[in-house]
Amino acid sequence: MEMGEEILSVKNIFKVFGARPNEAMKMLESGKNKDDVFRETGQVVGVFDASFSVRKGEIFVIMGLSGSGKSTMVRLFNRLIEPTSGSIFLNGNEITGLSDKELLGVRRKDMSMVFQSFALMPHLTVLDNAAFGLAVSSVGEAERYRRAREALEQVGLAGHEYSYPHQLSGGMQQRVGLARALTNDPSILLMDEAFSALDPLIRTEMQDELIRLQAEQQRTIVFISHDLDEAIRIGHRIAIMEGGRVVQVGTPQEILNNPASDYVEAFFKGVDSSKVLRAGDVARYDSDIVIRQPVGSPDDIQPTPYAYLTGEDRRFIGLIDSSGGDAPRQLAPEQLSTVTFDTPLHDVLDLAASVPYPLPVLTSEGALHGTLTKDSILKSLSRH
Amino acid sequence: MSELTILDPFQVLHIPLGDWVEASLNYLVDNFRGVFRAVRWPIDQVLDGIEGLLQSIPPTIGILLGSLLGWQVAGRRMGIFCAFTLILLGLIGVWSESMTTLSLVLTAVFFCGLFGVPLGILCARHDRLEKVVRPVLDAMQTLPAFVYLVPVVMLFGIGNVPGVLVTIVFALPPLVRLTNLGIRQVPADKIEAARAFGCTPSQMLRRVQLPLATPTIMAGFNQTLMLSLSMVVIASMISVGGLGQMVLRGIGRLDMGLATVGGLGLVLLAIFLDRLTQAMGERSAIAGDHRRWFQKGPLGIFLRLFGIGKLAPRADA
Repeated sequence: MEMGEEILSVKNIFKVFGARPNEAMKMLESGKNKDDVFRETGQVVGVFDASFSVRKGEIFVIMGLSGSGKSTMVRLFNRLIEPTSGSIFLNGNEITGLSDKELLGVRRKDMSMVFQSFALMPHLTVLDNAAFGLAVSSVGEAERYRRAREALEQVGLAGHEYSYPHQLSGGMQQRVGLARALTNDPSILLMDEAFSALDPLIRTEMQDELIRLQAEQQRTIVFISHDLDEAIRIGHRIAIMEGGRVVQVGTPQEILNNPASDYVEAFFKGVDSSKVLRAGDVARYDSDIVIRQPVGSPDDIQPTPYAYLTGEDRRFIGLIDSSGGDAPRQLAPEQLSTVTFDTPLHDVLDLAASVPYPLPVLTSEGALHGTLTKDSILKSLSRH
Repeated sequence: MSELTILDPFQVLHIPLGDWVEASLNYLVDNFRGVFRAVRWPIDQVLDGIEGLLQSIPPTIGILLGSLLGWQVAGRRMGIFCAFTLILLGLIGVWSESMTTLSLVLTAVFFCGLFGVPLGILCARHDRLEKVVRPVLDAMQTLPAFVYLVPVVMLFGIGNVPGVLVTIVFALPPLVRLTNLGIRQVPADKIEAARAFGCTPSQMLRRVQLPLATPTIMAGFNQTLMLSLSMVVIASMISVGGLGQMVLRGIGRLDMGLATVGGLGLVLLAIFLDRLTQAMGERSAIAGDHRRWFQKGPLGIFLRLFGIGKLAPRADA
């Protein structure tokens, strides 16, 4: 994942629910926490001093348990809920200061939302539902239906144009919800627990679908979830929320390796770390067993059974096997099992167990990133 | 007179409500008669128009049109049912009276719709207005009709127009209530979705709230119709014609035959209107059937006969 430019950034956002938000804000400024504020004023702090940014073209997952403020957070982006203080920028323009009319423009063009409850219009056909956003923007019928059909095709619903939502299964209804959001061709797709209401098999299927769509279109997606497995599966980066605060933002691997607090660590406890970690995260580059040509030569064999040969730019060119009693043999990369840097550790386990040598881990350019031994895999899995 | 006592203070204390009402009514009659006469005008126009139309249609054509209407809105079986009730109306000899009653009822429902639906929408949007309107609606529904029959006669005179007015008073509340209810019952997630896609308040009303509230609003129309029909007999006391008049005359002369014929006519008319409006409220959504309403039923056949029915079902297909 390359570092895209920031598309959405959130700066010191607070949201207090209640009749007297100012009072609550003063208390928060003086260092009181959410519970104190609720006990003394009855005001509920939804989001507490949140700051982070979403990069163009990534799937950014906001994750937390219920009541952590994640659904409030996503509604602050398109101002379905007005923030109490702080600012939100979309492509450098401040969303928080927009007039009602400009805000309508943002909702119609820049941000589309997919809902947990699908929220389809029961009186409209699938086609009209998908075209809803464009109809609201007064786009002509022909154009509107053309784009809606395209979106329906993308989500695999071609042929269901004239059905009504109640005639479709839950998974298909959410596909309509997704198509409705895609029809607008928004810069950001906001997905509020979009797959939580679906049964597990369909959910996985929809996640794959989303990953595929995102890879094809490089769309920026903000995905809200309470399901850590889902967050890890689809998220390029994850923001973890607890009690209205954003406690950590990072890639799943970063968070797993360096949890910012006990809460985050406890949260990640139940996670299958072999699915989060990638081969590159665990592989170690040990210069003792690497022979860099043309500097070194095969004669400089170290007292190890296996040595790795690299060429220019650390390109992997082979392995010298001196484990047998005979003279060392040189094996070319084609004769060996190698894995790439971003393979999930889970998919490497079988391979690592079946080969005698430490598994070479290569970058996408074919350079040697490091090696994976059975020991190092076991150690890294037991640590998390 | 007696003294003020704690145990029964109302010997002395009382509000002369009756006197006030009488005084203010007299004042209104003396000074604002013109205003009330002006109110008659639009009702008169609509009523004359509808009645003129209905009375000028010969029964056979009327039955045919009624049945076709039933077929159009709710399928062939409803068409046959409509034909059956309408023929029966003719056979018991109350066709003309039925048309008079129908025009009274339709006029009342027209004005109820004109005021009731917007009022219901406003009530759904403003809680305070709803709080004010609610007791008024309660009063309109529970106040015995005889109480306002007399003032209406004093202000508007007698005849069909004041009859329509008292019918409106009695029949309006369910429409306002059910419009209000229907709009309030639109699920919050649909509202939120519509907002998220950039609906303005008026788009919200047209594209989401009204369509989703339609079945409830149609139930309101249905109730309004039924109440109008039941009011017609009472309104005949202020010289309103039609089936109600027959019933009233029958009772007055102890002519049970006449009263029963009038009553049966009312019942038949009620059944006809009830089924028709109920069918309009139900949404037909048959899988794969993407014809628009005018492409089905007799209208569809008619259009196809003349080659216009081959219009693409949707502009894009």
